[in-house]
Amino acid sequence: MQTVKMVVTGPFSAGKTEFIRSVSEIDVVATERKISSDSERAVKQATTVAMDFGRITVDEDLVLYLFGTPGQKRFDFMWEILSEGMLGFIVMVDSTRPETFREARSILETFRAYAPTPYVVAANKQDVDDAWEMEDMRHALRLDNKVKLLPCVATDKNTVKNVLLELLYSILAEMENTEK
Amino acid sequence: MALRGNLRDFTVTQLLNLINLAHKTGTLVIEGPNEIAKVFFRDGKLSYAQIGQEDNHLAFVLHKSNRLTTGQLRAIQLRATHVSDKELGLLLINSGHMSQDDILTALQAYFTDSVRRLFTWVEGFFRFENDMMPPEDRITVRLDLENLIIEGARQLREFEQLQDEIPSLDMALRFTERPGSNMQKMNLSVEEWRVVSYINPKNTIQQIASAAKMSDMEMRRIVYGLIQAGLVEVMRPDGSTSVQEKARSAAPVQNREEQKSLVNRLITRIRSI
Repeated sequence: MQTVKMVVTGPFSAGKTEFIRSVSEIDVVATERKISSDSERAVKQATTVAMDFGRITVDEDLVLYLFGTPGQKRFDFMWEILSEGMLGFIVMVDSTRPETFREARSILETFRAYAPTPYVVAANKQDVDDAWEMEDMRHALRLDNKVKLLPCVATDKNTVKNVLLELLYSILAEMENTEK
Repeated sequence: MALRGNLRDFTVTQLLNLINLAHKTGTLVIEGPNEIAKVFFRDGKLSYAQIGQEDNHLAFVLHKSNRLTTGQLRAIQLRATHVSDKELGLLLINSGHMSQDDILTALQAYFTDSVRRLFTWVEGFFRFENDMMPPEDRITVRLDLENLIIEGARQLREFEQLQDEIPSLDMALRFTERPGSNMQKMNLSVEEWRVVSYINPKNTIQQIASAAKMSDMEMRRIVYGLIQAGLVEVMRPDGSTSVQEKARSAAPVQNREEQKSLVNRLITRIRSI
């Protein structure tokens, strides 16, 4: 049995667990704990403190695991561990919370430094009125035009599928490019 | 959709950078603790600015730049209240009192100074209004934002924020391929030029810092400014593990065709969900 791994990362409460939950064939194994800080509690009641993972069985020989990283900075020691051997990664950003964009940029740069694997950025909550426009987010997140920034609603399976597919297309394209 | 937020999360410099890169047209409204600033942009260039209730009529601006005496200003304020800025400008040019360049230079200096004052604002809410334009009777300018962005970035002092912006010094820098960016027009400091001279995909930021004899903090601040001004971007240094090698180690197969086949199987599976 072969297993491959993709990592879903992003700031606290960006929607990583929801994202994985939308496509995982097993209940997402999430280690959620009551939140301690007041500012974090205002956003959500529990958060992922270790990591969560979902599974998609491809066939009897191949399984894809989706790993969600803990969002808070105090758990960033886990990021390098999780990034080891990943096929690619997804950075989730909440389009309605510009206060998290700086952190998202920082996480993105950190993961890029860990591993030169392909990645895409998913702009979550694009269905909400307060969401920033994609083009503004691209500039705020300092994303090159070549980096895929994809609209996403973490609870909507179709947009989640699209994000995963776009990442896989990027991985395939990288493989073909390095062949040349 | 909204381009709005809090200055604690987005500095004025970062907003200028966004407006510059997106070639935005409209008005940045910033509600500070004491007054409201409105800065107008056309195609990503500074066009006009108004802070609070400050008098920014042409006569006032020209007086401030020593183009009009106090007596002349008073006369205009008393007797030309019905004359718009555009009309006043034409009258002054046609009378040979000053040139069009004099007027535009004074306005550019005034608007630039207004934006500089905003760099000190750290509290407040901002929003970008696409449809709000400067009053029709006012004279607008077209000012590139890069130098203002560099100036603003120099003022960023908070170590934590800089560390967030540039988390790893093991990355390299390269010049952006953005059309329109012109380094010759930039007012870079000696230290900034020194860093620029070392920029090469083979050199990590840490190596540049060592070569330029700069601390990590100084280096982060300069790199942050160059990034904000759209001059450089962060990349993995040349010679690091290739994507192919990494992907190979990630995938549990060695053969390239098998790797591609594996990814294609994943694609087929995801499509079927």
